[in-house]
Amino acid sequence: MEKPIPLFSPITPAAVSRRRADSFANRAFFMITLIPVALIFIITIALFLRFLPILREHSLWELVSGVTWKPNKGEFGFLPFIAGTFWVTALGVALAVPPCILTALYLSEYARATTRTLMKPLLDLLAAIPSVVYGVWGMLAIVPLVGDVLRPILNRYLGFIPLFASNQPTGFSILAGAIVLAVMIAPFIIAITYEVLATIPQGLRQASLGIGATQWQTIRYVVLPQVLPAIIAGIVLGASRALGETLAVLMVVGNIPQMPNSIFDAGYPLPALIANNYGEMMSIPLYDAALLGAAFILLVIILFFNILSTIVLQRVLK
Amino acid sequence: MNTHIQVNNLNAWYGKQPALKEINIEIPKNQITVIMGPSGCGKTTLLKTFNRFLELNDGAKITGEVLVNGQDIYQPDVDVTEVRKRIGLLAQRPYPLPMSIYDNVAYGMNIHRMKKDRLGYKASVKHYLELAGLWDEVQKRLHEPATGLSIGQQQRLCLARGLAVEPEVILGDEPTSALDPISSQHIEKKLLELKSQYTTVIVTHTLRQAKRLADHVIFMYMGEVVEAGPARNVFTNPQQERTRQYLEGLF
Amino acid sequence: MKMNRFHRRHITESIAKGAMLLSFLIMAGSLGLILWTVLYKGLPALTWEMISQTPKGGFYLGKEGGILNAIIGSLYLASGGTLIALALSLPMALYLETYLGKSSWGRWVRLSLDVLWGIPSIVYGAFGFTLMLALGMRASLLGGIIVLALLELPIMVRAMDEVIRRMPVDLEHAALALGSTKLEVATRIVLRQMLPGIVTAVLLAFGRGIGDAASVLFTAGYTDNIPGSLLRPAASLPLAVFFQLGTPFPEVQARAYASALILTIIVLAISLGSRWLAAKAGKFTLK
Repeated sequence: MEKPIPLFSPITPAAVSRRRADSFANRAFFMITLIPVALIFIITIALFLRFLPILREHSLWELVSGVTWKPNKGEFGFLPFIAGTFWVTALGVALAVPPCILTALYLSEYARATTRTLMKPLLDLLAAIPSVVYGVWGMLAIVPLVGDVLRPILNRYLGFIPLFASNQPTGFSILAGAIVLAVMIAPFIIAITYEVLATIPQGLRQASLGIGATQWQTIRYVVLPQVLPAIIAGIVLGASRALGETLAVLMVVGNIPQMPNSIFDAGYPLPALIANNYGEMMSIPLYDAALLGAAFILLVIILFFNILSTIVLQRVLK
Repeated sequence: MNTHIQVNNLNAWYGKQPALKEINIEIPKNQITVIMGPSGCGKTTLLKTFNRFLELNDGAKITGEVLVNGQDIYQPDVDVTEVRKRIGLLAQRPYPLPMSIYDNVAYGMNIHRMKKDRLGYKASVKHYLELAGLWDEVQKRLHEPATGLSIGQQQRLCLARGLAVEPEVILGDEPTSALDPISSQHIEKKLLELKSQYTTVIVTHTLRQAKRLADHVIFMYMGEVVEAGPARNVFTNPQQERTRQYLEGLF
Repeated sequence: MKMNRFHRRHITESIAKGAMLLSFLIMAGSLGLILWTVLYKGLPALTWEMISQTPKGGFYLGKEGGILNAIIGSLYLASGGTLIALALSLPMALYLETYLGKSSWGRWVRLSLDVLWGIPSIVYGAFGFTLMLALGMRASLLGGIIVLALLELPIMVRAMDEVIRRMPVDLEHAALALGSTKLEVATRIVLRQMLPGIVTAVLLAFGRGIGDAASVLFTAGYTDNIPGSLLRPAASLPLAVFFQLGTPFPEVQARAYASALILTIIVLAISLGSRWLAAKAGKFTLK
């Protein structure tokens, strides 16, 4: 007669406590994952609530379409700041995209393995440099470059186009902000594009090369069409990073609340507005609501682009 | 025949795709049962129902009973970790855990709190490494990463690791398919030595291995059991046409 | 067959290749230029006094003192933020992989982490500020730490998640086959296997935290003293750079460059150090 066989149930104390620990951890961990999901809503709602007082006095449309910013007189027109944000970001992204895409293509399609392994730490380093250091670099290198070289030249030969006209004395301008931004978001866009390109099976490239296409033709007609939506999503994601960049841009962009007409005009993006004036915001009525409202507007714009592009990218990269 | 595992009316699906159809078999105790059949016939799926690994696949569904010593392991009050402790698995490829050789063997005993002190663990680690025929090769580097072993050694380490939690059953999912011929021979020899103490179920797609190991054979085709019985009967005198074709290498 | 180098498609090929190489060089060149600028401007003003003393009277007029307050403040802020973020990220990353897998809740959590990752630090700062107003808190080390923790959380979880997801699923199965619970798989197997990834993720987030200015601007304030308590304001390196640059005195601006150099050295050392540490931590992991 064999000895009786124990049931497959947690009867020993050790098994019972292991099972308890597991189900406790399951619940505790689940609670932690509520944090990120909740945080998005909490941030949005908290900022909106601080924005409310000013919305009781002025309509949202009045605020976002107003061009005068005189907090002392109770005039809060956000348009110059929204325009400043848009100009710097758009120009920055426009400057960043072509070299970034080409770099990513070079790395994924042409470069030798050694170049590739070198590039990863290089991009990591570029991404690791703090915003304020980019700002210092911008002030020391880019502002003079824009003020003393690009401005006179472009103004002289292309000055008839309003976009390039200038009567500014210095290089603190939209263009300087855009150049600094372009360098800052470059590692980001390159990394995403590279990652997206890596999802294309090697066989597809070989199929094209195998019928005698050059590498550029392969890229142009086989590789790029496959990944274009994902690359655009990556660019939008890069743009939404640029939208919120604060210190580096603030240090080189001039910070004059005006509607810019030329890339050599000074601009005043939303993040710079918030950072420059947070010190006084409790001293003038509704000023705090205006500044935190600026943060809310910025957040909503970024959430919109961000969620859209993230969903597109998650589909491709998984 | 002393039955160890009995399967009643077992059906399984991946999503909507049926994978196992009306399986009714018995696995004899302390013998080697070989499940064979062409690839995609459901051998591995059947094996995975024995240690409840099928539920790790998203969307896998299962109905029916798997009785081990007469108890259905799919009953809700059954502790799945207990099932997997008592029904060990030797996977297709060895996956040493990211720790030292010693800790790989001690890991399972440790989580199940099977020993009282360090000495107990030490003795058991040695015992099971010897049982798996690996002790002589690794005794001088027990605390080095297990990833430094050759793939054949890794598979024997996985065998030792599985035996250390004192299972009743060893499942082998094509356990030699990733190994070189000498290492394969090593594992086969071990399995033959161990069969007096453990009920063993091996999935294989090589007929020759099946013939070398099997006491009992289950032949599957398209998710169904075509024929099952003592190895001698099935190999020499198959009752079904499909089995005969398979044994003759017709598919 | 003889190749015609001047055929249109070969010319396009050469142009494309040239443009790509040029872009690559621009990228590499920018990094070099930034480092060179900071080094060239910062090195002359970098003295032992700078990193060993707090600001003395008249420091912002060009008198004696250093930025020890900001160095220590930044280390406190970033360490505190990183510790809290780690305490939340680690269970979250493990849970995402071991328990949630590809479930729909897992997808929601990952999506929200990605979205949080994209929220700029100035918004985190403004949010932290409203939070502190609501709680009646003043600008303090604690406020800065909490906001940095929120800022670092998505960076850390994402970095860990990326490593965990590259882990072979069979490794998890190997542990499950021995009768492990999911908790045991998470803490004993996944944790070990991803140790190098954790090291990288933590240092990455720490580097972000120490370099971030816009969030601590609102929440940690600034002070010339080394913070003695969690409820006192704390200085930080990025803000030290920013404020010193804002003065009209060349001596003080030169110190801003030196401060920027110190910050850059710290951040680059962390970035490079994480590679080395990750390699060391990977001794037992399955490649």
